Amino acid sequence: MKILVCISNVPDTTTKVKFVESDTKLDTAGIQWVINPWDELSLTRALELKDDASAGVKSVTVAHVGPATAEPTIRKALAIGADDAFRVNAEPADSYYVAAQLAEVIGREQYDLILCGIESSDYNGSMTGGMIAEFLGIPSVSAVSDIKIENGAPIVIRETDGGREVVSVPMPFVVIVQKGIAKEPRIASMRGIMTARTKPVRIYEPSAKEPLTRITVFEKPSPRAACKFIDPENPGQLIALLQNEAKVI
Amino acid sequence: MSVLVYAQNWDGKFKKSSFELVSYGSKVAEMLNTSLICLSIGTVSDEELKKLGNYGAGKIIRVNNEFCKILDNQVYTDIIAQVALKEEASVIIISNNTEGKAVAPRLSVRLKAGMASGVSKLPLSIAPFTVYKRTYSGNAFAHLVINTDIKIITLAQNSFSLIETPNNAGIEDMSVSIDSSLLKTVIKDTQKQTGRLLLTDAEIVVSGGRGMKSPDNWGPLVELASVLGAATACSRPVSDEGWRSHEEHTGQTGKVIAPNLYIAVGISGATQHLAGVSSSKYIVAINTDKDAPIFEVAQYGIVGDALRVLPKLVEAVKELKK
Ligand SMILES: Cc1cc2nc3c(=O)[nH]c(=O)nc-3n(C[C@H](O)[C@H](O)[C@H](O)COP(=O)(O)OP(=O)(O)OC[C@H]3O[C@@H](n4cnc5c(N)ncnc54)[C@H](O)[C@@H]3O)c2cc1C
Ligand SMILES: Nc1ncnc2c1ncn2[C@@H]1O[C@H](COP(=O)(O)O)[C@@H](O)[C@H]1O
Repeated sequence: MKILVCISNVPDTTTKVKFVESDTKLDTAGIQWVINPWDELSLTRALELKDDASAGVKSVTVAHVGPATAEPTIRKALAIGADDAFRVNAEPADSYYVAAQLAEVIGREQYDLILCGIESSDYNGSMTGGMIAEFLGIPSVSAVSDIKIENGAPIVIRETDGGREVVSVPMPFVVIVQKGIAKEPRIASMRGIMTARTKPVRIYEPSAKEPLTRITVFEKPSPRAACKFIDPENPGQLIALLQNEAKVI
Repeated sequence: MSVLVYAQNWDGKFKKSSFELVSYGSKVAEMLNTSLICLSIGTVSDEELKKLGNYGAGKIIRVNNEFCKILDNQVYTDIIAQVALKEEASVIIISNNTEGKAVAPRLSVRLKAGMASGVSKLPLSIAPFTVYKRTYSGNAFAHLVINTDIKIITLAQNSFSLIETPNNAGIEDMSVSIDSSLLKTVIKDTQKQTGRLLLTDAEIVVSGGRGMKSPDNWGPLVELASVLGAATACSRPVSDEGWRSHEEHTGQTGKVIAPNLYIAVGISGATQHLAGVSSSKYIVAINTDKDAPIFEVAQYGIVGDALRVLPKLVEAVKELKK
């Protein structure tokens, strides 16, 4: 079984985002780039499955659509333990464009399980995984909190509004992961960092595809009114304000 | 031309969020000078479907066949796509909830329709079709232009108020033919959470962080939630420590919620936590540290010890409800 983990390269989650060029572009000055938190967790789960000999996972490949500046993030995924990687050398214009590029390569290289995160922390699309599956005409299971392999066949748990379901679908399929998929992200060992340098990263030029959407401008959320402080000895005041002023209780 | 809303049901019933979605769709239809069609998939009674008419639906389409019983993303995509094409939908509106996230992106590729997810306002303009969407986990919003003839929007939960516009909408049972080889999802087991208010549905949420000090201190917090009719939540370290169930974890890597009122007790307000709660209409913070970042996003704050403040709040609410 060959597993593919799609990773997006995002600003560290503590970043205070700012915009430049009349608020049309992210100010990248001083930003620390990381593997999207969900993708770090899905990579961790993929490697756990590979460590379990009975699961029969042959390889874990990492995929990314982005320019060469994303190279350190890909190397980090290799250092954590992925076997190899490919990068489609293009600006990720929108989710449709990214998914189209990824589907093109996946169709050629044939993976059995394709892992995507439920959302990237920058674009917040929750789209790429489902789109890849539709491009390839294969099933997708969303909101997956666990993957197991039983007798060579994957079983996944998907969270629903108000419960969970144990689901099986035939491979190949796209797994869209969320909370629970792995406890803690695996971190790179010294040896991992050394070997990552020599692991293969295939670079593909993009195929001709068009994005369907375009961001024209970014806005910061409107600042909230200053906090009103209430005497801790008399919290009943808070309840009165919530009832009469905010009208939420 | 038409606007199509996919109104999801839960065991044959709609929720308030379904009616919000229809209210939103009705306003979009008004902007486009066209009519609103609501699609329901699965077994839903006429009486229940009629409720969609109260929020502006011009026509209600029910698709119900043997393939609708379980959520298979390919089957559902196929159904919505067929109805959208038949009704010449120019805008398709779906909730940005678990099911919406599973189906809408597939539909986008199927129809080659540009999609915007997590939209929280009416379109900013019709030509070009521009929407307002969440980005950077709530730290920014983008104006996004969709260039295609058909547009797909997933609406952020609790971002649009109900608007009653009674319409005596007719119900049409539409038969769509499904390629049976599409249905590949097999459900081997189902566990349902019963009785408890769902965190993502709750209008009031009381949430505890590490400042609660120990799992044994949760009594007054749960009681406050109970007297307010609220759901309970927690920060990530609290669920990591096993003090509270993982279902309650909110934030970047947990649930993203947008209740009317979020009461954060002993939570410092790290950006990753705020990513899950910053869209709440009102935030109340209770914290011993007056410089905690949570106070920067809160409208009401109490600087004090949670364990002393909570019982007094419970008393005050009880007094009010008398
Ligand atoms: C990739 C990544 C993803 C993450 N995702 C999430 C996420 O989804 N959700 C999340 O919550 N966190 C997440 N975190 C963790 C986040 O960075 C914070 O560590 C976490 O939110 C802190 O939780 P807390 O506020 O409960 O605890 P603390 O930061 O320890 O804050 C405790 C607060 O309680 C106050 N306090 C102490 N005693 C009392 C008292 N007696 N009464 C009242 N107040 C008191 C203190 O002043 C303090 O402000 C993530 C981190 C990373 C790196
Ligand atoms: N540029 C990219 N390259 C590879 N995978 C990506 C890229 N962008 C998004 N993804 C994958 O799609 C998931 C959801 O992203 P999004 O649709 O942007 O919210 C991420 O968690 C990744 O697994």
